Amino acid sequence: MRKDELIELGVGDALDAMAAGRTSSEELTAALLERMDALQPRLNALTWYDAEDALAQARAADAERASGAAETKPLLGVPIAIKDLLNVRGQPCTAGSNILKGYTAPYDATVIARLRAAGAVMVSRANTDEFAMGGSTETSAYGPSKNPWDPTRVPGGSSGGSAAAVAARLAPAALGSDTGGSIRQPASFCGITGLKPTYGRVSRYGCTAFASSLDQVGPMARTVEDAARVYAVIAGADPHDATTRAEPLGDPVGAARGGAESRSLKGVRIGLPREYFSSGTDPEVESLVRAAVEECRRLGAETVEVSLPHTQYGIACYYILAPAEASANLARYEGVRYGARARDAEDLLALYEQTRSRGFGAEVKRRVILGTYVLGSGFYDAYYARAQKVRTLVRRDFEAAFAGGGCDVLLGPVAPTPAFRLGERTADPLQMYLGDIFTVNVNLAGVCAMSVPCGFTAAGLPVGLHLVGPAFGEDRLLSVAAAYQASTDWHLRRPPEASLDRSIV
Amino acid sequence: MSEYIASIGLEVHVQLKTRTKMFCSCPAHREDDLPNTNVCPVCLGLPGALPVPNREAIRKTVKTGLMMGSTISLRSRFDRKNYFYPDMPKNYQITQQERPLCIGGGLEIEVNGKKKFIRLNHIHQEEDAAKITHLEHSSEIDYNRASTPLMEMVTEPDMSTPDEAIAFLTALREMLVYAGISECDLERGHMRCDVNSSIRPAGTDRLGVKCEIKNMNTFRGIHRALEYELRRQQSVLESGGTLRQETRRWDDEAGATFPMRSKEYAHDYRYFNEPDLPPVVLDQATIDQWRTEIPELPRARRARFVSDYGLPEYDAGVLTADRAIADWYEAAARASKNPKAVSNWVMGELLRALGEKGLTITDAKITPGALASLLDLLDKKTINGPAAKEVFQILFDQGGDPAEIVKAKGLAQVSDTGAMETFAEQAIAANPKSVDDYRSGKQAALMYLVGQVMKLSRGKANPQLAAEILRAKLAP
Repeated sequence: MRKDELIELGVGDALDAMAAGRTSSEELTAALLERMDALQPRLNALTWYDAEDALAQARAADAERASGAAETKPLLGVPIAIKDLLNVRGQPCTAGSNILKGYTAPYDATVIARLRAAGAVMVSRANTDEFAMGGSTETSAYGPSKNPWDPTRVPGGSSGGSAAAVAARLAPAALGSDTGGSIRQPASFCGITGLKPTYGRVSRYGCTAFASSLDQVGPMARTVEDAARVYAVIAGADPHDATTRAEPLGDPVGAARGGAESRSLKGVRIGLPREYFSSGTDPEVESLVRAAVEECRRLGAETVEVSLPHTQYGIACYYILAPAEASANLARYEGVRYGARARDAEDLLALYEQTRSRGFGAEVKRRVILGTYVLGSGFYDAYYARAQKVRTLVRRDFEAAFAGGGCDVLLGPVAPTPAFRLGERTADPLQMYLGDIFTVNVNLAGVCAMSVPCGFTAAGLPVGLHLVGPAFGEDRLLSVAAAYQASTDWHLRRPPEASLDRSIV
Repeated sequence: MSEYIASIGLEVHVQLKTRTKMFCSCPAHREDDLPNTNVCPVCLGLPGALPVPNREAIRKTVKTGLMMGSTISLRSRFDRKNYFYPDMPKNYQITQQERPLCIGGGLEIEVNGKKKFIRLNHIHQEEDAAKITHLEHSSEIDYNRASTPLMEMVTEPDMSTPDEAIAFLTALREMLVYAGISECDLERGHMRCDVNSSIRPAGTDRLGVKCEIKNMNTFRGIHRALEYELRRQQSVLESGGTLRQETRRWDDEAGATFPMRSKEYAHDYRYFNEPDLPPVVLDQATIDQWRTEIPELPRARRARFVSDYGLPEYDAGVLTADRAIADWYEAAARASKNPKAVSNWVMGELLRALGEKGLTITDAKITPGALASLLDLLDKKTINGPAAKEVFQILFDQGGDPAEIVKAKGLAQVSDTGAMETFAEQAIAANPKSVDDYRSGKQAALMYLVGQVMKLSRGKANPQLAAEILRAKLAP
């Protein structure tokens, strides 16, 4: 196949093409590597890739296909970009931080072990905000990634590198992680599809922790069905992660395919949270989301207004709980066992202070200090304990909408704005945090949610539609998202090559 | 301490006897292996690694609670205790702060014949730290010990003398070893103690200012440190000073406690719920099952040995000190008609022989049944005492059946009167001096003659029968 055809292949397309003998994993991987070489300097979507490493995996996959392994390996030969937070044995894993520069992962995350077992090729490492703390990739020690639709803008974050890589055709799919919106917001900003699974659905073992009670690994791809293919491989209970649950997985790929084929939302009850259609959302974003609501009605869905009354407290609650957990999760980075180390430190305390002062960026320090503060003796009750109570109220909001309100999914915007300009919010962390208003509550409640493309602004920036499902309701969510996607063509648009050629510094 | 009353409370850290570590599948208790060879991403705190609780450790902690009459929490949870030190790979320890596994309970101790109940506040589950060796210009860290399962037992300040504290620890250790909870090897750090003490004037109720001595690991050290500390506190008060709440360190060579720099202990641990672990949920049926696995404890067994086997308190104490010995004794006693004789032989011959060879009872070749049969042969006078000892040694070294050994070695006593009379006559003829001595009233001379009969019979004569026959023959 021609290189320009190869790079356009989605997960399903690539599997079909390899099965039909039209291409090989090696040929596909080589085409993607060539494109990475061309675009990495402009997009900075990746933190690492190694042609030899990737091609060796691809050749091994081709050999397996030749010996008939494709039956049992649902992603055989498919290249996947991996967020630089997930441990892939033998590859660097830095979490976008100077403190882990030079660290090579000695083990596979469970999701990676499952991708390997399914035959996937871990083709590259995708840029991320440092320790996933941010919504733009601007806190990455590798510098920000650029939005393929407009390189003067951010790709979102923290899984911004993954989103940019998938949108720019550097990989047919990627793994991201979502703690407060980090899969869905970059998917929205980059015009791709992202799924944040239910908390407990996908193993966190080997995913460098930001906030343990909120983190969840998920797929990013260009279609719902492709996202479902990756999700179906990585999901399921893991003996290495005590917070995973043994809920039946169902048939995610079948659900997505079924939804796409039906192009119907008959019998689907969609809740429209009043609080998600409030003032403060960019008018273009709001009108695109409202248009999507109309489309859903046209497809037969019943829409009802619901309320998630504690939405407004979500950000405050999240920015207490997530930093609190992070302050402990990041304590292990101090230069004693691995990673960067202040070699000139004169004593233990100096080793800690200098290693961490130099190794962490400003946003990570801000959150570690914040988290340390809210857990401190005398502050715990006022902040952490209270935030836990708020979290319970937020969870009940969703339970009421789903179980009480009889909704199959909730619908709203992913983020209040489309992709913003590089540097626009770096000086104002609070402004950056407020961008999480529609996403963080989903993590606090532990339910599942997706972003699927629902249109473009006048300036040509993609906007995502936020679909939220109940805990372990991924199959229904995928089916609804696929039905909507199949009746629209927003996901088929690609960033103009001209914008990718624009070099910005 | 006549005008002051001391209150002593203990925080006892006990390493649990489990195959694997607290939160990963690395082997536990391999501190003698090459440093840092029993480690994995979890116990090294690598990025992305997650803990998975060791159910066996939880079971052992719950069983300990059951033995001590604690209330078992059907729902407990883990918390993170945050502090930076290189012995904690994650720089937080996974422990239980708000909802521990076991609440309340206690243990009875006895000091100088006086019994006292020491209340337990709670028992919680946690993980051990790595081992740090400080060298002159550097420190070495061995993570083999990191994340070894620990339980921490916190008592109420119910002890009032160093002797009581040691009695508590001794009783606790005996119980834990007995029930297979821990090996409690103090030299290997299986049991470590933080010791809290305070004094208050007699006649007052409010506890005095508490002082904590950290990380003690010998009973002798704890006793000495407490004696020192209580004296120190008293002299401060008597000289008009005030005590402040502080953490101190025992210096064994100096024989004194010294205040630790506040930097060494003044932490705000910022406890919070461990988000990587769901609550530990136990159901009553599981707890009831675990309760059935608890062996009879030494105190109860001692009493039963006295009543069932008619043993003196002393014997019962010696035999129950070690669970394996007690089990062995009990098996032999049940097979024998003479439990007291069994006790004498176990405490005497068996423990001596084990000691000489440096063996444990499980290594011994002699079975409880064999000892019972051997003592039966002795009781029936089939063999005499010296022969029984000889057979015992063979049983101990090689095993076997006592009756067959007696037969093979020809050790059965000669009780045949005809043969014995011949021996007696020979002895009398050969030892006229002794005969005269006996006849002139020296009883000891008879024993000499019995010895001669024994010699003539090559040790097989029944000595009592020999004495009887000699007495008859020498009668005037």
